[in-house]
Amino acid sequence: MTESVNLSDTVSVIVPTGMLGAGVNRTQIQYGLRRGASAIAVDSGSTDSGPAYLARGVSKMNRESIKRDLQILMAEAHAAKIPLLVGSCGTSGTDSGVDWTRDIALEVAAELGIAPKIVCLYSEQKADDLVRKNGKGEITPLPPLGPLSDADLKSCEHIVALMGPEPYIAALEAGADIVLGGRTTDTAVLAAVPLMRGAGIAQAWHAAKIAECGGQCTVNPGLGGVLMRVGRDAFEIEPLDIDNQCSPETVSAHLLYENSDPFTLTEPGGVLDARDADYRWVDNRITRVTGSRWTPKPYTMKLEGARGGDFQTIMLIGIEDPEVLANLDEFHDLMLETLTGRIRKTFGDEAVRFDVSLRIYGWNGTSGRPVPRDTVPPRDVGVMFVVTAPTQDLANRMAKACNPYFFHTPLRPGIEMPSYAFPFTPAEIPRGQVYEFVLNHVVRTSDAFELVRSVSIDPADANKGALHA
Amino acid sequence: MPKLSDICRHVRSKNAGPFWVTVDLFFDGEENFRRYRDTPALSPQTFARLFGTNPDLVKRIPVDNLHVIKISYPRPHPQGWMQERDMHAGQQFARLLDLEID
Repeated sequence: MTESVNLSDTVSVIVPTGMLGAGVNRTQIQYGLRRGASAIAVDSGSTDSGPAYLARGVSKMNRESIKRDLQILMAEAHAAKIPLLVGSCGTSGTDSGVDWTRDIALEVAAELGIAPKIVCLYSEQKADDLVRKNGKGEITPLPPLGPLSDADLKSCEHIVALMGPEPYIAALEAGADIVLGGRTTDTAVLAAVPLMRGAGIAQAWHAAKIAECGGQCTVNPGLGGVLMRVGRDAFEIEPLDIDNQCSPETVSAHLLYENSDPFTLTEPGGVLDARDADYRWVDNRITRVTGSRWTPKPYTMKLEGARGGDFQTIMLIGIEDPEVLANLDEFHDLMLETLTGRIRKTFGDEAVRFDVSLRIYGWNGTSGRPVPRDTVPPRDVGVMFVVTAPTQDLANRMAKACNPYFFHTPLRPGIEMPSYAFPFTPAEIPRGQVYEFVLNHVVRTSDAFELVRSVSIDPADANKGALHA
Repeated sequence: MPKLSDICRHVRSKNAGPFWVTVDLFFDGEENFRRYRDTPALSPQTFARLFGTNPDLVKRIPVDNLHVIKISYPRPHPQGWMQERDMHAGQQFARLLDLEID
């Protein structure tokens, strides 16, 4: 069954991509504007790529990719006189990530000859402040983690709290043209404008959840972003590319994606329940959703924190010797024992804490699990050596100590010394530090603003480049 | 006894935050979904054996309209630990494909 006529009395938001810097398309933005969009909103963050970005406070995306996307989004938003919202700036949404994105945005504004009012929202937290909240029992763990120790909090390089939509709404109501937010839930930055303009609360959150990864909820995710059109009792998802479709199946299936529970989604001020949602075609490109529910809850913010640990050095070899390939498990165990013994003997007391692992790509490097007995030997494997130690220097020295053994250990005694194929010289590659996510906790707050700081940038100062000084 | 790959048209895995992995089993047709949605072959113990996870925390949620069973389990080590092999957990599904389903 199709509805054929779009919803009326709606608030529409362009979601140009799932990740700022992934590449936005000007034609698609202009299509969204013609379809009546009243804001552009985009997420710029994720924990998907691991804890390094949060622990180091640096972006996963390169500056040029962010700048190119901002050039298009800022120019189109300015021309259409609609706001641009960016959430979780700089991948992890640390204060440094917001400032980095702000400086790029100011550079773009100067190049475009425009002076938008920019508001920056910061949600990085000091460990000491959270230690106090922890002491008052205001921080609770989410499974699988347990209660939080003060030492864990203090061990983090950076801690961020995930903002809801309220600080974005406050910034827009104060006249912001562009809001650059620190860590924010993926959905909050997209839901902010519909919520501000009185759209249905459940509908705004649910639409934002569907649109959070841009084209991921479409039939052809390679074709770019989506438009979310949010009404009071229903919302619609429309692809920004005329040749793409948002089908009831692709839209509803998106709730599964990267989500441990496909029906409920906990957000800072409540819970979205999509169990009874109904998805159906409006026409052959657009899907309408009804039946979403929202239950308000006391305000909480999720915390993310990461710390640095030991250091790693890696080496790589390739093997085509059929004898070795026919006995890879035996080879793995022999090599691991040889290298571990070599480190123990060579470093003595200095080797109190280290780890060696070997990953045989082409055999079981991805899983590390036993291979079925009847598996045919591969023609070629790559073996990655990884040593982990308390300092980079020690990891490098341990790799050097292992070097002749890793490259030349024969499958069995008495065989002429082999040389496995190593591609680089020097062979050992310092890989850097291992980082670790520490927090999976929520903190109770008095309201949406307690842990958030807002800084408004005067366009005149921005154009003078005052912030670059 | 069919293998999981015989009765599903698509199987995928992905990180769901730094501490969880979620697996989506898209069954091939409603009949397969109805027949196997409660199969003991996809029990928490199976996931403990294959992924080293805590069976008490494994969540299994059928999604009727999509003929999907979603199974989410905590990573045995947080994402990015020193012996990490699959940051996005995007290849974890592969070890499920040959699972015999009764």
